[in-house]
Amino acid sequence: MTYLKRSPWILHYDASSCNGCDIEVLACLTPLYDVERFGIVNCGNPKHADVFVVTGGINEQNKAVIRNLYDQIPDPKVVVAVGICATSGGVFRECYNISGGIDTAIPVDVYVPGCAARPESIIDGIVQSLGILEEKRAKMLGRKRTKTAGTEGR
Amino acid sequence: MSRKIVVPFGPQHPVLPEPIHLDLMLEDERVVEAIPSIGYIHRGLELLVAKREYPEYVYIAERTCGICSFIHGMTYCQGIEQIMDVDVPPRALYLRTIWSEYSRLHSHLLWLGLFADAMGFENLFMNAWRLREQVLDVLEETTGGRVIQGSCKIGGVRRDIPQENLAGMAADLSPFEHELGELGTVFLKDDSVNSRLVGVGHLSRDDAYTLGAMGPVARGSGVAIDIRKTGYAAYRDLRFEPATETAGDCYARCAVRVKELFSSVDLIRQAIDRMPEGEIEVKVKGNPEGEYFSRAEQPRGELVHYVKGDGSKHLVRSRIRTPTLTNIPPLVKMLQGCELADVPIIVLSIDPCIGCMER
Amino acid sequence: MKKIEDQVTTVISIASLIGRVEAFRKGAYRLVQMNCSKIGEQFEINYSFEKDYRFENIRIIITPDTEVPSITGMYWGAFVYENEMHDLYGVQVKGINIDFQGNFIRTSIPYPFRDPSYKGEGPCQGK
Repeated sequence: MTYLKRSPWILHYDASSCNGCDIEVLACLTPLYDVERFGIVNCGNPKHADVFVVTGGINEQNKAVIRNLYDQIPDPKVVVAVGICATSGGVFRECYNISGGIDTAIPVDVYVPGCAARPESIIDGIVQSLGILEEKRAKMLGRKRTKTAGTEGR
Repeated sequence: MSRKIVVPFGPQHPVLPEPIHLDLMLEDERVVEAIPSIGYIHRGLELLVAKREYPEYVYIAERTCGICSFIHGMTYCQGIEQIMDVDVPPRALYLRTIWSEYSRLHSHLLWLGLFADAMGFENLFMNAWRLREQVLDVLEETTGGRVIQGSCKIGGVRRDIPQENLAGMAADLSPFEHELGELGTVFLKDDSVNSRLVGVGHLSRDDAYTLGAMGPVARGSGVAIDIRKTGYAAYRDLRFEPATETAGDCYARCAVRVKELFSSVDLIRQAIDRMPEGEIEVKVKGNPEGEYFSRAEQPRGELVHYVKGDGSKHLVRSRIRTPTLTNIPPLVKMLQGCELADVPIIVLSIDPCIGCMER
Repeated sequence: MKKIEDQVTTVISIASLIGRVEAFRKGAYRLVQMNCSKIGEQFEINYSFEKDYRFENIRIIITPDTEVPSITGMYWGAFVYENEMHDLYGVQVKGINIDFQGNFIRTSIPYPFRDPSYKGEGPCQGK
């Protein structure tokens, strides 16, 4: 459980969800589920965030907004797609204004199924994403080390 | 000489979980004009009637909004039943009423929590959502779903609640009501809450009526309209009065919702007491031909599902007019002349449900 | 089965629209909703009003390129419905008080409800 040593911050964005998953994401923060006991905090600023939680499918309007938010989150970062709409478009995939799941706009690390996704599975998805976050961090550090090692050798 | 500037508000904003965009024209700190623009979560789901047969469209109707999903499904079913002259068994109507009122409880508690959060009152937010979990537990136990129930179908309901469970639910209402009382007192009596809400975002009675405000927004301004009074589902057998306030400010809208919590508990109790025995669904044959404006009272106000069928399996048109859409013109009026710092509170006071509004 | 309420729909001509709406306004009716439906090649526009839980509906039937007068002079809040009709169906409404010029609901294609199209018509995963 080394990856739980740190306190990951979450940025939540509602892409085109019906609110079902959004309120379940919020419900995770409240007393019954209380993810803050893991040090997970919901923040409103992409520059503070480590985990990007997106609910709902992508439409043409918010594609740019999502990419923009994703680019603003500092590396390393992970993306969690919550709910079936975020995974594939769900029942709305035939709608003219929906272009599909979140992975049509940004790379996704963890998919959480469900309509609406239950708080238990959302928490599970986020905790899994922390493992990936740790791997990404280690990789980044490793790259930095080899870089500095390379310059020293020269 | 003050200068006019335009401040964009949203789409991603820390106070609101959903994206709405407002262009606020400011003169110093005062809002002169507010222009809303939407479309960030527009899906175009009304068009799916051509892809789904009319009994399947219930699932789409329910997913218009995850907060009042049961009432969406029920209103759609009610529209088809009215066209096709389906005799829904009384027990099904009573069960629908019970689930509608539990949905209202969970939606109002959710809103009270978000509202407290917007005021910066974190403790109250957590307490409102803690109480809300009790409502969700009942919904999950009786329908299987926490926020999307899927228990309504054309011709009745999918699941029955056994009589002994109903008795248990009724017994649980008294301690729950006591806790609601404690929560409501903080919203209505606390000094810091009052100083944030009283006199903010005023909407006069005339404006509320002519601009088409519905639900707690209208009732907070003294317009006593409640679509439940038309007597759909089992409401024609139950006693209740629409909760009203006259001040027309954010405090009044909040007070209306707090009062409605208790009236919902009372309605559930009445419905459990009078619950008739019998079937919970009838078989529906044929296809709908005709049209109907099916109306119901959502937690946010009047919901209209316009359904039109031509005798085939697919409807010609489904149109969902949600209460948030009709509450947008009153919101524009309320924002005129307010201070920039009050904008989030005023926007929240209409209980915006953008997912519903844009469909 | 018991009808919940009686709903009267009157089809009127576009010329008498403003007069009828004015009468509703004077009679202290509230505007419930406005909507457009495409029936065959024609557009049906419904204007629904209510007073004391009595629901009344008037309807005009027009061709897609007919210009419709705005009722925002009588009902200020009607702009949301008129802009919506314009953005989704391309109904030309004349004289809206707050005209978003097609930017109220921003859609990926213009006037999507006029000739509905759907995504993913093919089989799942191309199989």
